[in-house]
Amino acid sequence: MSEKKKMAKSDASPASKATPPNATPKMKGDKVKVFYGEKQALMDVDLDIQPNEVTALIGPSGCGKSTFLRCLNRMNDVIDICRVEGKITLDDEDIYDSTLDPVQLRARVGMVFQKPNPFPKSIYDNVAYGPRIHGTAQSKADIDEIVETSLTKAGLFGEVKDRLLEPGTGLSGGQQQRLCIARAIAVNPEVILMDEPCSALDPIATAKIEELIDELRENYTIVIVTHSMQQAARVSQRTAFFHLGELVEVGDTEQIFTNPNDSRTQGYITGRFG
Amino acid sequence: MNSFFLILVVIGLSVAGYAVGRARSVFAAAGDVRILHSLPSYYGMFVALGCGLPAILLLAIWLIIQPQIVDHMVMSGLDPSIMPQNADAYSLMLTDIRNLSSGNATSREASPAIVAATERYLALQSIGFWSMVVGVVCIAMLGLAWARSQISRNFRARNAVEKIIRALLIVCSMIAILTTVGIVLSLIFESIRFFARVPFFDFLFGIHWSPQTAIRAEQVGASGSFGAVPLFAGTMLITLIAMLVAGPIGLLSAIYMAEYANPKFRGIAKPMLEVLAGIPTVVYGFFAALTVAPMIRGWGEGVGLDVSSESALAAGLVMGIMIIPFVSSLSDDVINSVPQSLRDGSYGLGATKSETIRHVIIPAALPGIVGAFLLAVSRAIGETMIVVMAAGLASNLTANPFEAVTTVTVQIVTLLVGDQEFDSAKTLAAFALGLVLFFVTLGLNVVALRVVRKYREKYD
Repeated sequence: MSEKKKMAKSDASPASKATPPNATPKMKGDKVKVFYGEKQALMDVDLDIQPNEVTALIGPSGCGKSTFLRCLNRMNDVIDICRVEGKITLDDEDIYDSTLDPVQLRARVGMVFQKPNPFPKSIYDNVAYGPRIHGTAQSKADIDEIVETSLTKAGLFGEVKDRLLEPGTGLSGGQQQRLCIARAIAVNPEVILMDEPCSALDPIATAKIEELIDELRENYTIVIVTHSMQQAARVSQRTAFFHLGELVEVGDTEQIFTNPNDSRTQGYITGRFG
Repeated sequence: MNSFFLILVVIGLSVAGYAVGRARSVFAAAGDVRILHSLPSYYGMFVALGCGLPAILLLAIWLIIQPQIVDHMVMSGLDPSIMPQNADAYSLMLTDIRNLSSGNATSREASPAIVAATERYLALQSIGFWSMVVGVVCIAMLGLAWARSQISRNFRARNAVEKIIRALLIVCSMIAILTTVGIVLSLIFESIRFFARVPFFDFLFGIHWSPQTAIRAEQVGASGSFGAVPLFAGTMLITLIAMLVAGPIGLLSAIYMAEYANPKFRGIAKPMLEVLAGIPTVVYGFFAALTVAPMIRGWGEGVGLDVSSESALAAGLVMGIMIIPFVSSLSDDVINSVPQSLRDGSYGLGATKSETIRHVIIPAALPGIVGAFLLAVSRAIGETMIVVMAAGLASNLTANPFEAVTTVTVQIVTLLVGDQEFDSAKTLAAFALGLVLFFVTLGLNVVALRVVRKYREKYD
């Protein structure tokens, strides 16, 4: 089924159907357990992330979906008391292997946060930050090009091209979030993790980001945590439902929202709890 | 019995007033305190304040005014034949009378007229005191009775008490502000007197400092020389050395504390670093003078440098150590207040810790760090004890840190230590120097606080 994967990459039209489960997953979680001190936040999560798809993680607050997301690029390493067990692979490579440098992992698995967090620098420097620290661009011209293409991909270039040297913190919330997406794209990651990227934005800015996510799917694998079930239904091909640290159910978005197998999923998506 | 006991009496009356007011309110409510406008304790407070405040106020005013009235009455009651002719003789005679009345020996044999005046002085004082006691106690009683008569079911005691308390708070803050204003005014007036003797620009731009004024006109160096540039230069040199020590050490230790240290180490090390700020500066001073300065001179001799035993370097180094906590503690705070989301954003892009610190955290915290540095500089400029002990008194105009220099603060100290007349240019120069010092540190503090505040607004 690698044919299908290539198809998805070359084919520009958004495929609304999910990749069949037997395609090679981009990332694979195998019995992932996470502990914060004594407290266990994730219990034996097995979840595959398919390439060039948007995978939505849904569930009530505190269910572990953000925790799982942060395991995928080892952002949990920043938290002292956090301990991860189990195995997570990226292209069949164990990302918790001691030989693997989390810094390099994060260049391959980028992240966009809940609250837009542009650095207190110019728009240009915000986007150029990643390429500069990774040394991917040699000359000023290279960086110029990366900045422009990243901003273009993030759908922001037209709005900011005349004020690239103004501070990124001066943009509106939605523009800031797209700037953060551009900043993540500039490193040229394979996977982009989004932790409730629209929860601090108004509906119009949200719509723009959702549109952008759909476009980015062509070139990147995306995992998004969201509290909005409509958003999950709109942007994702696969949906995983978490509850109390467990992965309750995962499947095609359409199936999860129309015909869930588990009664807890049913209860959550119909608004009976959570 | 003296005024102190009177204050105790007033306080006692107030406490009684509290009990009376409280009981009265409960009585007015016929036992059901819920129908009162305020809690009973507010009625008690109202009566206590109504009793105590006017009485204390009267006491304070009386204590300020009474001596002047008594003095005036005694002096004007003197026999015209011994009436002093000028102001100096007047105050001298008054001092004699006061000394005699408190039983001290006077400089001269007391004449019968003076003895009579002294008796009159004592009598007037005693009358004044007892009328004050009566007046204050009466006012306290009247206040109590009036406040008690106000109490009724609907009287808004809470509002009244809170209004009075707010007024008290305003008065307290005004005292602090007015004191500052008073200090500044005294500096300005004395400085004006100084600049009447020494031209303003000679003081500010003169390069020779030798603050001697002659007692007799024919003395050598009678004119004195008040060019303050060597002092400013010495201050700058020592401040520069201090900042070269405190800046890097303070900032780097702040970065370590905020970003790298584990909480356990931080919990121990940070208070220890702040202990540095609690060491009395005089201790730093003798550390500088007795330990550091000879050490530097020893090293200097070892490498063939001529180092004087009181050097700018010794004072600057020790002062640098002293102000490390100012830099590190404030920098640590601003680095900590850089939002975690910025760090996450940087890590999420694959930046290492040191890249994150260099490219994101320091730029984000920079305004606050600049503010911390400016506060440390203003502290260093105003520091006195260390430089008095370690920097020396020689007003050399030099940039060589191995020589002795002197600073503005050191000169203020030396000008005002010992017996001084308060109208010579030498003494008045201290006020002019103080004024310059005040404006420089005030300017630095204003800029620093403004920078820090601007930074705070950005992330809160």
